[in-house]
Amino acid sequence: MRLGFAWLMLAVGMTYFILPLVGLTEFSLSMRRGVYSFDAYAAVLADPRFRQTFSYSVVMALVTIVFGVLLVVPTAYWVRLKLPGLRPYVEFVTLLPLVIPAIVIVFGYIRLYNTSSWLPMTGSTTGTNLLLMFGYATLSLPYMYRAIDTGLRTIDVATLTEAAQSLGAGWVTILARVILPNVLVAVLSGAFVTFAIVIGEFTLAALLNRPAFGPYLQLMGANRAYEPMALAVIAFAITWACMGLIQLVTRFSKHTKAAR
Amino acid sequence: MTAPSPAAARRRLPLNWIGIVPFVVFALLFLILPTMNIVLGAFRNAAGEATFANIRGLFTPSILASYWISIKISVASSLLGCAIGFGMAAAVVLGGLPRWIRSPVLTFSGVASNFAGVPLAFAFMATIGPRGLLTLWLLDQFGINLRVQGFTILSFWGLTITYVFFQIPLMILIIVPALDGLKREWKEAANILGASGRQYWLMVALPILFPSLLGTFALLFANAFGAVATAFALTGSSLSIVPILLFAQIRGDVLQDPHLGYALAFGMIVVTGVANGIYIWLRVRSERWLK
Repeated sequence: MRLGFAWLMLAVGMTYFILPLVGLTEFSLSMRRGVYSFDAYAAVLADPRFRQTFSYSVVMALVTIVFGVLLVVPTAYWVRLKLPGLRPYVEFVTLLPLVIPAIVIVFGYIRLYNTSSWLPMTGSTTGTNLLLMFGYATLSLPYMYRAIDTGLRTIDVATLTEAAQSLGAGWVTILARVILPNVLVAVLSGAFVTFAIVIGEFTLAALLNRPAFGPYLQLMGANRAYEPMALAVIAFAITWACMGLIQLVTRFSKHTKAAR
Repeated sequence: MTAPSPAAARRRLPLNWIGIVPFVVFALLFLILPTMNIVLGAFRNAAGEATFANIRGLFTPSILASYWISIKISVASSLLGCAIGFGMAAAVVLGGLPRWIRSPVLTFSGVASNFAGVPLAFAFMATIGPRGLLTLWLLDQFGINLRVQGFTILSFWGLTITYVFFQIPLMILIIVPALDGLKREWKEAANILGASGRQYWLMVALPILFPSLLGTFALLFANAFGAVATAFALTGSSLSIVPILLFAQIRGDVLQDPHLGYALAFGMIVVTGVANGIYIWLRVRSERWLK
């Protein structure tokens, strides 16, 4: 009886997950009356604004990942190596973006970096793009930091550092050629989460008025019937791919460790 | 721990703090200062003098109503998410299902908890919206017209049902480790003392899990309370929850008082901050039992 109940519970839960996805896919395929077709997808892919906003978001995601790695890897490494006493505080700060809603953070940006402020980042396109990138880096900080810090825990940072130093390596060499390759799997999973977050992000991009994929999605949703569903299927496929890749690299790293 | 080598000891200058300067500068500029700016703005008037007028301004019927409906949606979606998520996690961990099921369920939870925002709103629009899959199916098969029954997706329940989609997987991800921590010995000890399954759950397992459950509830609450994109894509501005009101305020000063906007944002920080504080406090408590 207990087993039956467990199956029932699982079935109910999975229905909740799967039904909306089925509904979404079905709707995205029914643009042509009476038959299933890929018309909505064709319409979306032919839309130049889709290509513009999507590539904008992809570039933003990649830049955010590079910046996030450059910021978090040295910090997490340094805190583990030299300032272990500060770890709880740094960790607390990295978790703050989960506590403070994104809309409040971007509200602060608009107040602090408007055209009449001491650092008028919203005054130019490049400045706003940069601000948006910093915003994305903030939103992904909890995931990035935790992934990399967990990765660092599995290696002996102090010994690796001393070994590299005794061979004459400087800090940049140690970070780039000793530490980074050792935590690459952790960095990759942080990167994929960041990618998934940035691609669909709406609030920041909308309030900073940048032509990203999220606001485009919302705009299409307000004006069209079938195209937004096709876009949502694409967005879901990307999220799914990112999470799948995390699983893949984690499993891959387990195999290399077992073989050693 | 290895003892620090003499070389490392000699190199330990009081300049260690330099290594985290980039992080500190980043956190200050793009996390702490923007938030502080909003918080301070909530306690200042247009002339820059300290005042509580903005906070008092929150206690008007329309803004209180916004907070109230936000809190109701967050509570309802967190309760449902906790209940269903707990049921699923218990089924997977303790229900005797085949072991291979566990990994796909956890992976799927990871994906689904990240599948929030605008696309999620579309998925539910396509399912329980006016021309959604489920809506049409109920109409065709059973003659049930959801709209006649008083249900629309642009309502309290519509939003709650949508939020539950990302609440359940988050609950599963957090509660599975806690369920793993329930020791077999406790159940055996309870059985030997003559406890029924029901008694074991009510008097042993649930009290141990209670801090984790309540803590996760607080986390889910904060998660739902701060969500903007899903609600905006689903309802536009027809349902006046706090994040939507704040969004409209930032875009076009709908409250016609910028400082009231800061107070609104400050209120959001207070609510999510309290919820997260409860989560952290209870997690520390629950870790005493669950190693």
